Amino acid sequence: MPKFKLPAPPLPAALQPRPKRPGASDGAGAQAAEAGVSVVDWIDERTSLSGGLRWLMFRKVPKGTNWFYTLGSATLFAFLSQAVTGVFLAMFYDPSPTRAYESMRYITDEAFLGEFVRGMHKWGSTVMVILVFLHMARTFFFGAYKYPRELNWVTGVALLILTMVMSFTGYLLPFDQRSYWATIVGVNINGTGPLIGPYLSDFLRAGPEFGALTLSRFYAIHMMLVPGLIAALIGAHLYLVAKLGTTAPPWLRAKGEPSLREDEV
Amino acid sequence: MVPAAIHEGSLTETHHTVADQPKHKSPYTADRGIPGAFEGETVTRRRFMTGSAHGLGAVAVGAIALPALGFSLGPVFERQKFQWQNVGALSDFNDETYVPRTITIVNGIGEAGKSLAYVRLRNPEIDTEPEDEYNRVIAISTRCNHLGCPVRFTEAAGKFICPCHGGVYDFRGLREGGPPVRPLDRFYTRVENGQVLIGPRYSVNSELRRFSPRDPGQPVDGIGQYLYPARFSTPEK
Repeated sequence: MPKFKLPAPPLPAALQPRPKRPGASDGAGAQAAEAGVSVVDWIDERTSLSGGLRWLMFRKVPKGTNWFYTLGSATLFAFLSQAVTGVFLAMFYDPSPTRAYESMRYITDEAFLGEFVRGMHKWGSTVMVILVFLHMARTFFFGAYKYPRELNWVTGVALLILTMVMSFTGYLLPFDQRSYWATIVGVNINGTGPLIGPYLSDFLRAGPEFGALTLSRFYAIHMMLVPGLIAALIGAHLYLVAKLGTTAPPWLRAKGEPSLREDEV
Repeated sequence: MVPAAIHEGSLTETHHTVADQPKHKSPYTADRGIPGAFEGETVTRRRFMTGSAHGLGAVAVGAIALPALGFSLGPVFERQKFQWQNVGALSDFNDETYVPRTITIVNGIGEAGKSLAYVRLRNPEIDTEPEDEYNRVIAISTRCNHLGCPVRFTEAAGKFICPCHGGVYDFRGLREGGPPVRPLDRFYTRVENGQVLIGPRYSVNSELRRFSPRDPGQPVDGIGQYLYPARFSTPEK
């Protein structure tokens, strides 16, 4: 008999399933469910994952939680969508200055559903940036950045910057006129920083001029370096959310003991 | 207190003086009552092993991280070789207006490595900067010095106009309006056997004094030349 049980609220007596009649069979469905539970139980016995999952998923949430609290998850799913479509685009894309445009044209015009996947990635990036800012605004206006959640805000700002790096590096990859000149302008904006600016733009271009290495450098940053950093930081961000819990909306006041109220600032 | 008493072997004695305890000021581990310590040993073996494991780990990480860092930062210190490019006979150009010529900035990357230069002959009536062997023919870079968009020479106005953010330069490439921070860059030119050759790019300040090439958006007047230092002069590849 498996020990693994999902937590469930207690049912009133009227809703509880009737006990089986003696000799009645469980039926094929119940047996299949039993087999599934056994597999999960086998894994759980060796990994003890259920405790962590329960800690992560079955959390207490404050009264007044509303749709604004889903913006963080929405951003996460936008990122996952970018990751999945990005992997499939990478199967067709060629980060060479002479062939990048042609490979993008192939994806858009000839590859089966290529236009769809490219469109998902292109519009998904815009959606992700919008969601990041909405999520940030929710956190700000609900005061959810305050003690003890400052580190959540800090990792979130780092994620915002990394999202911007993704947008900047991804913009070059179609390698059309707009990409090319936007990147020239973007790199030169980096170069206007005093003292380190010139070295920063040389680093981005991999040399004094926009050259053969610039595109592959942007591609590597876009598909390997920054996504790894984002995934790691999302892990830290989510851990803190699960650890600290979410805040109640600001329009809900705690109804504490009157004697305790004077401690409120 | 009690462990010290046990170590001294005086289990029955509950009171002891400070002098009974090992001298903690001694650097030797044996004197500090550390079990299994050798005579003359100053660092415990645990501490030594921890330190050497961390040290070796740091060496191993550095052996991978430093070359990777150098690999990604290397291009900052590289200088590209620039060949002199023939852009046509001297008789193709005049001192009244500019003739556009396509030049190659970076080899081997197709269209992305090409750029445009506007070429004319030096006209002593308007070109007041000192003449030398490199500016008998004047070649102006089309890279706008606001943020690097390509400027176009507008014949009717006799000015260079940038399509991106409205930078305007006069006939000599000096800034006349808009956001650019310095005049248009120029190329060294040479005349050889009646052919015009275009060489490396250089930047100029508002008096058309030459500076080593800077990126767009980086002024070279006044304090600008120190805030935006030139590239290191490493040997050419």
